[in-house]
Formats: sequence, C-alpha cells, structure tokens
Amino acid sequence: MKKSNSTFYLLITPVLLWLLALIVIPHLDMLFRSFRFETDDGLWVFSLNNYLAFFEDSIYWFTFVQTALYSIGVTILAFVVTFPVAFFLTKVVGKRYSSFMTLLLLIPIWIGELVTVYGWMILLRDNGVINSFLLKIGVIDTPVEMLFTNFSMTIGLLYISMLFMIVPMMSALESMDDSLIEAASDLGASKWTIFRQIVIPYTTPGIVSGGIIVFMLVIGDYVAPNILGGKSSLWFTEQIYNKFLATFNWSEGAAFGFLLLLLSSSIVWVALKLSGQKLDKVGS
Amino acid sequence: MIRSLPCSRLYITGYRFYITLFYIFLIMPLVTICILAFNDSHYIALPWQGFSLDWFFADTNERLGLFKDTNLLLSIWTSFKTGFFVALFSTVVGTMAALLFEEENFRLKGLLYFLALAPLVIPGVVLGISILLSSTNAGLYLEDTFGVDVEFLRPSFWLVVIGQFSFGATYVMLLVSARLKKFDRTLEEAALSLRATRLQVIYLITLPFLRPAIIGAFIVAFLISFSNFNTTIFLVGSDPTLPVDLYSRIKFSSTPVLNAVSFMIVAFITLAASISFFLHRKSE
Repeated sequence: MKKSNSTFYLLITPVLLWLLALIVIPHLDMLFRSFRFETDDGLWVFSLNNYLAFFEDSIYWFTFVQTALYSIGVTILAFVVTFPVAFFLTKVVGKRYSSFMTLLLLIPIWIGELVTVYGWMILLRDNGVINSFLLKIGVIDTPVEMLFTNFSMTIGLLYISMLFMIVPMMSALESMDDSLIEAASDLGASKWTIFRQIVIPYTTPGIVSGGIIVFMLVIGDYVAPNILGGKSSLWFTEQIYNKFLATFNWSEGAAFGFLLLLLSSSIVWVALKLSGQKLDKVGS
Repeated sequence: MIRSLPCSRLYITGYRFYITLFYIFLIMPLVTICILAFNDSHYIALPWQGFSLDWFFADTNERLGLFKDTNLLLSIWTSFKTGFFVALFSTVVGTMAALLFEEENFRLKGLLYFLALAPLVIPGVVLGISILLSSTNAGLYLEDTFGVDVEFLRPSFWLVVIGQFSFGATYVMLLVSARLKKFDRTLEEAALSLRATRLQVIYLITLPFLRPAIIGAFIVAFLISFSNFNTTIFLVGSDPTLPVDLYSRIKFSSTPVLNAVSFMIVAFITLAASISFFLHRKSE
C-alpha cells in the first residue's frame, strides 16, 4: 500500500511526544536524581549515598525482599483461586449462566480498589461483620483479630488483583477445543492427567499474561497494605510514599523508585523468558 | 469434567460449592457497604441501628450526608472532570498510536512499541514519582531561565490529567489495535486505488470501522482514571480526586458517609454494567 508522508508525521508526532515527555524523560530524570546527593553545604553532587541508604538500613531491604516474595505468593494464590472459576465459566456451566456470571466478575474491577478495600476493612474489623457473625453463632467468644495483620493485607491484595487474571485465562480456555479433553478422557486419562497434560499447557499464555498483570498490581499497590496491613505488613511502595510525601527526601525516593522498577521488571522478564512469551501478548 | 462428559455427583457438587464460595467472597464486601450505607449509626461498621437516609441527606452538626458535604461533592466533580479529559486525550493519542503501529513501517518501530507498552510493567507509584520529578525540574528550569511560572508543572489538576494520560493511552492503544487486527485491508486498498488520500481513507473507512472499539476504549480510560490512586497521589494539588479524598477520610476521619459514597459507586457501576449486558444481549 502506498503511504503518504504527511499522514505518517501526523500520527507519529503526538505518539513521540507522549512517549518522550511522559515515559522516557521522566524515568531518565528519576535515574539521574537517584544519583544526586545534597551535601551539608547545600551543594548537589554525584553520589551513591541514596543507594547506600537502602543497603545500610536493614528495614529497607527487608521490606524490599518481603514485598517481592509476597507479590509472587499472592500471584500464585490468585492463580490457584481463580483457575477453577475460569474453567467453570468457559467449560462447565451453561452459556446462559456463564455470561451473567462473567459480568459479575467485572463489577469489582470497575468499582475500584479504594471502595473494595474499604469494604474489607468493615468486614474484618474487631466489631466488623465477620466477627459479629461468628460471635452470634457462638463459634468464638472474643473477636478474632483479623484487621491490621498480614492476613487482611493478603485478602485485600488478592481481592483487588485476582479478577484481572480470570479474563485472559478465560479467553485462552475459550479457544481450546473441547474434543481434546473428550479424546483424552475416552483414552482413559484421569482428571489430573488431563488437567496437567492438556489444559495447563494450552492455557499457559493466558496464565502468564494474567499472572504478570496480577503481579504488577500487587507489587505496585499502596492502598491494600496501607489500609488493611498491620505494623509488620511492610510494603516497599510505602517507603517510597514516605520519602516523597512525609520526609521529602526525593533523591532517596527516586533511588527507591528505581529499585522497585528494577525488581518488578526483572521478575516480569524472567517470567516472560521462562514461558517463552513476548510483552505485547500481555496486553492483549 | 466438561459439559459433554459425565461426572461423578460428588465432583460436580464439590465444584459448585467452591464456585458459590468464590462468588460469596466476591460480593461480600460490596453488599456489606451497600447495607451499612443505610445504617442509623455514627460508626462505619455494625451494630445495625435501624434504617436511615441520614448519610445521604442529613445536614446537622453530628451528621453530614453525602449530598450536603460540599468537599466530597467537589472531589467527585474533580474526578469526573479528570476522567473526561484523561479519556479524551488517551483516546485520541491511543488511537493514533494503534494506527501508527498497525499500519505504518518505520525505523525504531520495535523500540517505540516497547515504550508504548512499558506503562503495563511500570508500577503506578514509579510513574507518579518520575512525572512529579521531571515536571518539577521543568518548572524550576522555566522559572529560572525565563521567569515564567507554569502552573500545570506543579502538582495540580492538569498534572493529574497528564500523569493518568501517560498510561491511559496504552490501554486505549491495545483495545483499538485488537479491533484493527480484524480489519479487512482490501477496503483501504480499494479506496486508495480510487484515489482517496490516506487521510480520507482513515477518516471515512478506518475510523467508522473502529468506532465501537474507540467508544469502549473511551469508557475504559474514564473508569481507569476515576479509580486511580497510586499515580494520582503524587501529582494531586489542592483539589483532590475522589479516591484521594476517600483515602484520607478512611485513614483519618471515617464516618458512615464513606458507606454512602461507596454505595453510590457500587450502584452506578452495577447499573452501567447491567445496561451494557442487556444491550449486548439484544444485539446478538
């Protein structure tokens, strides 16, 4: 097809502006700022002090490691919890129910995390709904402490992220031919074998893209750890918030931000390499 | 295991039980908030004190209902405005990016496409701080060099719009690209061979074909903006958006008016989702 130059420039100018001004330059700025350090004389010098601060104070790298491990854990948990649901909606339940049940899955996504996290806060409080219910039916005598623990934080993180995994897994499952399962079953394969040898390999692209979305949402989240988490539920984003909005140490904040970016992109990179996928599949 | 295969009774019952539990888990926080919005109490949680509309309409010293709370109404209005502009800019630039990457060939295309997808794997926090850093730097530079004070480079309404646009455009691009992949290229070629200019082809043929996807992408961008917290918190000025306002109320001064706002959001999203569901079903 013949292309005209003017249309090309019309299209590429705003796109270049967007990518340069809002993606490339800000991140270079952040990287640059993370190596700047203000001396006692008020001079700005190149230095590694901001990164040294991270390694010298054990609370920082402890939080860093905890955030990474928790995010991977929540991602795996999200897969375990939602895979049966995705399979049920695409392969088991009738078409009539399935579209309605799928719609129900989308509602919490659009409501937004602040409202849903707040809902969990009301449910899990000492005088919250779950404790009141358990007290009333006599299972417990005193309220169980659920809010402000790692448990409540995990519930919140799982809730806000898991639905983003169902959608890509469902589209992978939908394209799978039922006769594959039927054939395996006719040949005497057990459910577990079918699941491991046919369903999982076939759905891997959906699982990986869903997993990456969940992981990114969890590792970059602030609301759930901050509102639902307790004193020990440290999250690395909280350290960045503190650097920027409480102590106003932007240079250290920039270094921390860069470390978070490095952490999340290397884990995503490993996940893509292990599964042999490309980044553009994640979006679609 | 699937619709066409017979299964043991225990397996089916167990599976259905799990799915039921999952859906209870899903809607429990939403239902709780909706009910407690009508609780005649000063506390956000239980016990139930009777039905009341106070947290919507009251205007007394002790109770300030949602529709009388000017600060809250103002932040809702700010969120609507932000969402509108973010959706508008994201839709225009995101659609251009989709056309650019699907239809044009140029040097560094791969690199630019990678950058356009990057917001998917950059934590929202990092996007927020990097844009804050570089806009502050740019603002200081302009002030020192030219003595002009550019307001939108400081945390403000427009900086929030810019920050949310930086990742909103990515989602629009993906949604529009997905539709563009199904486009029959011969239509464009026919028009070009009939001497239509490239711009005429885009305007008269490609865009009408993309219209459903563009409208959908506009709504998605609006909703993403409306519920965003992680990026917004760093860029927000004196006029908070609804999530920022809700967050500070949850942390520092929670009254049941939070339940009332949450109820409105849940009701609005559920209604919108149901309408789109029935329209979709009708058109099938």
